[in-house]
Amino acid sequence: MNRYVAIYRLTARNSLIREMNFKLNFLLWMVVELLWFVGQLAFIEVLYGQVQDIAGWSKWQVVTLVGVHQIVSQLFQAIFYVNLAALPELVRTGRLDLMLTLPVDAQFAISTRQVSFDCLVNSLVGIGIVTFAMTKLGTVPSPMQLALFAAAVPFGVAVHYAVMFGLSCMSFWFIRAQSFIHGYFNLFHIGRYPEAVFRGVFRFIFTWLIPIILVSNVPAKILARPLESPVAGLATLATATVIVLVGTRALWLLALRRYGSASS
Amino acid sequence: MAAELAKYLKVFNVGAQNTFVYRWNFILRSVFGIVPLIGTIYLWRAMFGSDASGHLSGYTYSQLILYFAMTIFVENLVTPTEDEWQIAGEIRDGRMNFLLLKPINYLAYRFTLYASYRVLYTAVLLPGIAVIFIVLREHITLPSHGFTWLAFAASTGLAALIQFFIAYALAMLAFWILEISTVIFIVFSIEYFLSGQVFPLDMLPPWLGAIVKWTPFPYELYFPVQIFMERISGAALATGLAIQAAWAVVMWLLAVGLWRLGIKRYEAVGG
Repeated sequence: MNRYVAIYRLTARNSLIREMNFKLNFLLWMVVELLWFVGQLAFIEVLYGQVQDIAGWSKWQVVTLVGVHQIVSQLFQAIFYVNLAALPELVRTGRLDLMLTLPVDAQFAISTRQVSFDCLVNSLVGIGIVTFAMTKLGTVPSPMQLALFAAAVPFGVAVHYAVMFGLSCMSFWFIRAQSFIHGYFNLFHIGRYPEAVFRGVFRFIFTWLIPIILVSNVPAKILARPLESPVAGLATLATATVIVLVGTRALWLLALRRYGSASS
Repeated sequence: MAAELAKYLKVFNVGAQNTFVYRWNFILRSVFGIVPLIGTIYLWRAMFGSDASGHLSGYTYSQLILYFAMTIFVENLVTPTEDEWQIAGEIRDGRMNFLLLKPINYLAYRFTLYASYRVLYTAVLLPGIAVIFIVLREHITLPSHGFTWLAFAASTGLAALIQFFIAYALAMLAFWILEISTVIFIVFSIEYFLSGQVFPLDMLPPWLGAIVKWTPFPYELYFPVQIFMERISGAALATGLAIQAAWAVVMWLLAVGLWRLGIKRYEAVGG
């Protein structure tokens, strides 16, 4: 375990040095994400220009939700996104061989090759927005709420990870897996809508099979809608997270048995 | 002239064949593309609340669904998927050399490829699009005037030109800077919101709507869809088409101008 921590510390350090070599690019990526985020907020403004509440959610509750989505998804992107997005290329070119021979778990090796610090900064912007929205709601979260929130965020990041990892693993079966990577963004697109708007079969699918609507909703509800049994929400999120993590691990092991390298 | 046409017809063919090889890739892409549409429908359903017969900014619930379905349809029809990346790639790694030696106009060559991608892409996806429209059929109303179809076709064609020339002009930046993906994504995020993909632009505050009207972005998707839904007619339609045509010309000039400037300093890396 200590070895994994030490390896990760080195990876993070190298990534920081690399990013500081391309400062302009680093800043431009932040601009991209910020524009995207401002667009989201403008969208909420437009929605609430039309109605007073959406499925029982007020404007600042939805802003909290979008802010939480920003925190969780940017944390995921900072730690894992680039690495998982690179997996199809590793498989296609056979460079995955190298990863398999490393004396660490191969899933760990391919998942933690670099850290994107620009996304970490964007995650902080999310914290800023959530704080602002909470002030507008006029509530100060209790220590208990904050503790539950802090517990929920890593589960959210883990769901992002599992979904993206599962999509990347498709590259063992399909040579051009680019559209799967694309699929990640399409799926999480709906993660920032209040879960109350979803009904029927899609609600089931996106809660239990691909639990994308829990990811931001559970932590956001802990902060902004504390009356809706936060502990039960957290338990649901935790269960769903374990299911997708175990499921994608099994998929990965299955995929590795299929893998026959590219060069041979 | 006939020889010229035959040449580009060949390019069209090659482009179509290349696209067809990757058909699973873009079928998957559009299957995933349905997820946001599902989310959008649920969200707007909740917006209407218990009063599904009401209006929001002059849209009934059915009209909004038609709006989003048509937006996705037109987007599939005209939005370039990989053209800007391919062009930038050809500039960056020197593959351009090979094309410069051929008796073809690069812009016309890329436009032919773009057209063939779009035609084939739409053809392959047509069954899927048909299914979506059948599922949503109770919300779909087709235009009542024959003229609307004509105006819609013209406007969609102009939207395609604007989108292609913007993608081409962006890719030209690869002559000056190595890594253009950030610039592409910045423009893309503006296009995403202001072309009407997220919400109908007439829901913007009037002062903002009045500004956005003069930018090229609404003419990339929103405007043709408005024509199709017959929410715009008469003088407003004529003005809109004129602005759209003007933007197509401006973007074309920009694309050609950047090419001329860029090719002067092209170093033919790896050539």
